[in-house]
Amino acid sequence: MAIVVQRKERLSLAERLYIPILLGGLVVTTRRFFRNLFHPENLVTVQYPEERRPISPQLRFRHRLTKREDGTPRCVACMCCPTACPANCIHIEPQEHSDPTIEKRPARFEIDLSRCVFCGLCVEACPCDAIRMDTGKLGSPSYQLKNMVVDIDFLLKG
Amino acid sequence: MDFLIEVIKVFVVAIMLLNMAAILTWVERKESALVQDRVGPNRASIFGMSLIGLLHPVADAIKMIMKEDFVPQHANRFLFKIAPALAVFPVFVVFAVIPFGDVLQIGERVIKLQIADLNVGILYIFALSSLAVYGVIIGGWASNNKYSLLGGMRAASQMISYEVCMGVTLVGLFMIFGTVELDDLVRYQGELIGGWIPKWGILVQPISFFLFLATAMAENKRIPFDLPEGDSEIVAGYHLEYSGFRFGMFFLGEYAEIVVISALVTTLFFGGWQIPYLYGNGFHFPWGAELAIVPWAVSLLQVGSFSIKVLFFCWLLVLTRWTFPRFRYDQVMRMGWKMILPLALANIVVTGIVLLIFN
Repeated sequence: MAIVVQRKERLSLAERLYIPILLGGLVVTTRRFFRNLFHPENLVTVQYPEERRPISPQLRFRHRLTKREDGTPRCVACMCCPTACPANCIHIEPQEHSDPTIEKRPARFEIDLSRCVFCGLCVEACPCDAIRMDTGKLGSPSYQLKNMVVDIDFLLKG
Repeated sequence: MDFLIEVIKVFVVAIMLLNMAAILTWVERKESALVQDRVGPNRASIFGMSLIGLLHPVADAIKMIMKEDFVPQHANRFLFKIAPALAVFPVFVVFAVIPFGDVLQIGERVIKLQIADLNVGILYIFALSSLAVYGVIIGGWASNNKYSLLGGMRAASQMISYEVCMGVTLVGLFMIFGTVELDDLVRYQGELIGGWIPKWGILVQPISFFLFLATAMAENKRIPFDLPEGDSEIVAGYHLEYSGFRFGMFFLGEYAEIVVISALVTTLFFGGWQIPYLYGNGFHFPWGAELAIVPWAVSLLQVGSFSIKVLFFCWLLVLTRWTFPRFRYDQVMRMGWKMILPLALANIVVTGIVLLIFN
């Protein structure tokens, strides 16, 4: 059923004269002006690069690769994350691993942060808990797109 | 020597006006920020000092000078380039007749604190401020852009409608003071009604004051009368195709006009440079007390009083912009012709009757 908006058909005399209504508006803005002039602590602005709003730990931050106890990456280059990635921003080159109990290891593992949509599907897809998005750092801005492609060393550092 | 004094006066007033216009862009940003619970500009800095954002006008000026001076294809190059000057020129010359103080006495020499004391005073202001519409409509037409043309047309119709009202609103004031010379107008406003209340224009013609303020805002083409620019309807109206300092001139002209309007309202309705009970040699209070002040200090006080009143009205005009929504086009026309003009005419009639009875 459609909603019928009840509009006041006739404006009151004060509204038709404009001036009382306009003065009322001016009073509101003047009060705001002086309140904020003498009590600047009421202002809601956050001076961004210097001060930052607290970020929820649940947020999906920049990626990192987790390590085994010996420091090598946990990743077994199973290609689950590039398959799940909707932005096609993960590029992996697999390589034989010296340990025969581990199937493969990534020779290259690159994430193009300029294309990443930070959806977290790679984290969901990973069977080995090798990729996580809990660094607490946001995406790194850059003047050139090629600087936004991060390699395996960067990802391992977290 | 006289010539030198005149030149110095012209320079001082022109520089004050330009600086006020630049500072008003800062005032506008800061004031809008405070009205909307924000901080406002504070990033432009020299040697790590941002001076509460006061360097932003400087940064703006540098930016506008450095930018490309773009002329669109098929635009009328000559008219396109001359239009900003046509729009800004009248605003600046209008200030010539506004008295910003009584007289300054240095030794034997008496200097009038007004650039030109024309006996046609306010008529000169009307004549020149109606020329400002040419710059706007020529700029809009020469740009070869339909939005600019629309903006120019709107500006023309709006400014012509309100020019009429503006003239008529002030007739009551002239009937009471019997002069159109601004210096005399201010002098008459120094008189006292019944020995107590200063005879300021707002007290003898309150309706005229509100109507004049509204028409002056319409002349200035700012919100709530910013139809010629109307961002959401016709992009930026008449200055849509302008870039660099030609846009800057339109921009600066708008702010200079705020100062001029404030100065006009002050002169016509708030006693100009008058301070109640202050005469050439000091205060003479109606209850008998007296306070002698040296003449140069009196001049200084008067210029200060004029400046404070002007600054207050600048503040009020900026606040108005951040309070009211824009009128629709037909509403502006209806208000001009059906509300302000009849009220102004009625005001003349009532003033005439009252003057007849009391004189």
